[in-house]
Amino acid sequence: MSDVSVTKDTIPAAEADALVALSNVNKHFGALHVLQDIDLTIARGEVVVVIGPSGSGKSTLCRTINRLESVDSGSITLDGKPLPAEGRELARLRADVGMVFQSFNLFAHKTVLENVMLGQIKVRKKDKAEAEQSARALLDRVGVANQADKYPAQLSGGQQQRVAIARALAMEPKVMLFDEPTSALDPEMINEVLEVMQQLARDGMTMVVVTHEMGFARSAANRVVFMADGQIVEQATPEQFFTNPRSDRAKDFLSKILHH
Amino acid sequence: MFDFLQDYDLLGAFWVTVKLTLLSGAGSLVLGTVLAAMRVSPVPLMRGFATAYVNIVRNIPLTVIIVFTSLGLADTFRLTLGGEGVKEVAFRMAVLGLSTYTAAFVCESVRSGINTVPVGQAEAARALGLNFTQVLTLIVLPQAFRTVIGPLANVLIALTKNTTVAAAIGVGEASLLMKEMVENEAQLVLITAVFALGFVILTLPTGLLLGWLGKRLAVKR
Repeated sequence: MSDVSVTKDTIPAAEADALVALSNVNKHFGALHVLQDIDLTIARGEVVVVIGPSGSGKSTLCRTINRLESVDSGSITLDGKPLPAEGRELARLRADVGMVFQSFNLFAHKTVLENVMLGQIKVRKKDKAEAEQSARALLDRVGVANQADKYPAQLSGGQQQRVAIARALAMEPKVMLFDEPTSALDPEMINEVLEVMQQLARDGMTMVVVTHEMGFARSAANRVVFMADGQIVEQATPEQFFTNPRSDRAKDFLSKILHH
Repeated sequence: MFDFLQDYDLLGAFWVTVKLTLLSGAGSLVLGTVLAAMRVSPVPLMRGFATAYVNIVRNIPLTVIIVFTSLGLADTFRLTLGGEGVKEVAFRMAVLGLSTYTAAFVCESVRSGINTVPVGQAEAARALGLNFTQVLTLIVLPQAFRTVIGPLANVLIALTKNTTVAAAIGVGEASLLMKEMVENEAQLVLITAVFALGFVILTLPTGLLLGWLGKRLAVKR
C-alpha cells in the first residue's frame, strides 16, 4: 500500500531535477517511531502538499528538511548536497530554506519591517538601505506594507503570517517549508494567507506545505503526499488523490474530513 | 543635634558605596549574562562549568568571598588588579568579590528570563540561518532582559546593601564610617537612622525606576 508508484505523465519528473531528496529517513521520539523509512523527492518548482491525520509525522517531516529536527538514520540532500549536522554549514543551509510556522514566530521585540530586514542584514550581509527596500517590496507583495512600523502583537493572525512569509522570502530561499501555516488562524483570515501562498506557487517557488486545507491542496499542489503513522502511505496528483484514493487509510481519512 | 555629622565625610563614604555598586553591578551583569549564555549553550562542558559556578558561588557567604579576595588573592598571591596602595587594592578586590558573587544571581535571573522566551522565537531565528551567538544576542537575550528587569532590580538592590561587606577588608564605604561614628559618638540611634536613610535614598529610586522601565519595555505577545 505504501509502494504506490507515481505516474510520470501527471507529475513533474522528480528524479530529473531533485531539489530536496529524503531517502530512508527514520526518526524516533522515545518509543514512538515518528518517521519510518521515508523516501521523498521534491523537484525544483514543485508544490508538494503533505496531509494526514494529526500525529502522523507530517510536521516532523517538514522540520527535518531544515534540520530543526535531527534524524536518526537516512539521508536528506538539498540541491544535491547532504544536510550538514551543525555549525556554520547548517546555518548557511537554513538560510536557503524558508520556513513558515503554525504560530508565526515573528520576533516580538522587533517591528514588522525589522523582522523582514534582520536575516538579510545579519545572514545575507546586505546593507541596510538595500534590505529595507526589498523588505518593503515584499511586505507590499503580501499586502501588509502599511503595517511596516507596527509590532507583531498589533497585527491580526493573518497579517502576522503574511509577514512571516515575507520574512522567509527575504532570504531568497530555494525552497519554502510551510508547517500548518493556517492552523492557528481564525477562519476568515485563512484565505488571505492561502492567496499569498497560491501566488507564490504560481510564481514557481518550490514548496512543501503541511496543511489541513484540502482546497489549497486541490488548487495549488502538483502532488499530494498522504502520511499516516509515520509512513508515506500514498502519493498522487491532487485530482487522483481526492477523487480516487488508492489506499484504505486515505479513503478513511478523506471520508472523515470531506463528508461533513 | 546633627552637628556631629560635620566631623565626618558622610557623602564621601556613600560615594564609595555608589562606586562599589556601579562597578560591581556592571561587572556582575556582564559575567552573569555570559554565565547564563553558557547555561543554555549546546556545549556540555560550558553548561557544566556555568552550573557548577552558580551552585558553588551562591552558596558561599559573601563575607568569605570578600575576605578571600583580600587575604587570598591580594596578600597571598599578590594580585593587585593594577591598584596602587593598600586602599586601592582593597577597593578593587571588593569589586572583584562582589561581581563574582552577584554574577551567580544575575545568571539565574537572566536564565529565568531566557526560559520565558517562546521556543518558536529561537526556532524562527535558526530557520533564517542565524548562528547560535546571533540567535542569543539578537533574539533571545533582548527579550529575556526585558522580562527580568524587575528581578534584576532586586539583585541590584541586594548588591547595594551587600557592598557593606567590603568594610571587612577595610574599604572606606558607608558602613565602615558608621562603625567609626558609633565608636566615637553617643547618638547611636541617630547614626544608624542616618545610614539607613542613606541606603534607602540609594535603593528606592533604583527599584522604582527599574520597575517603571520593566513595564515600559515589556514585550507584547
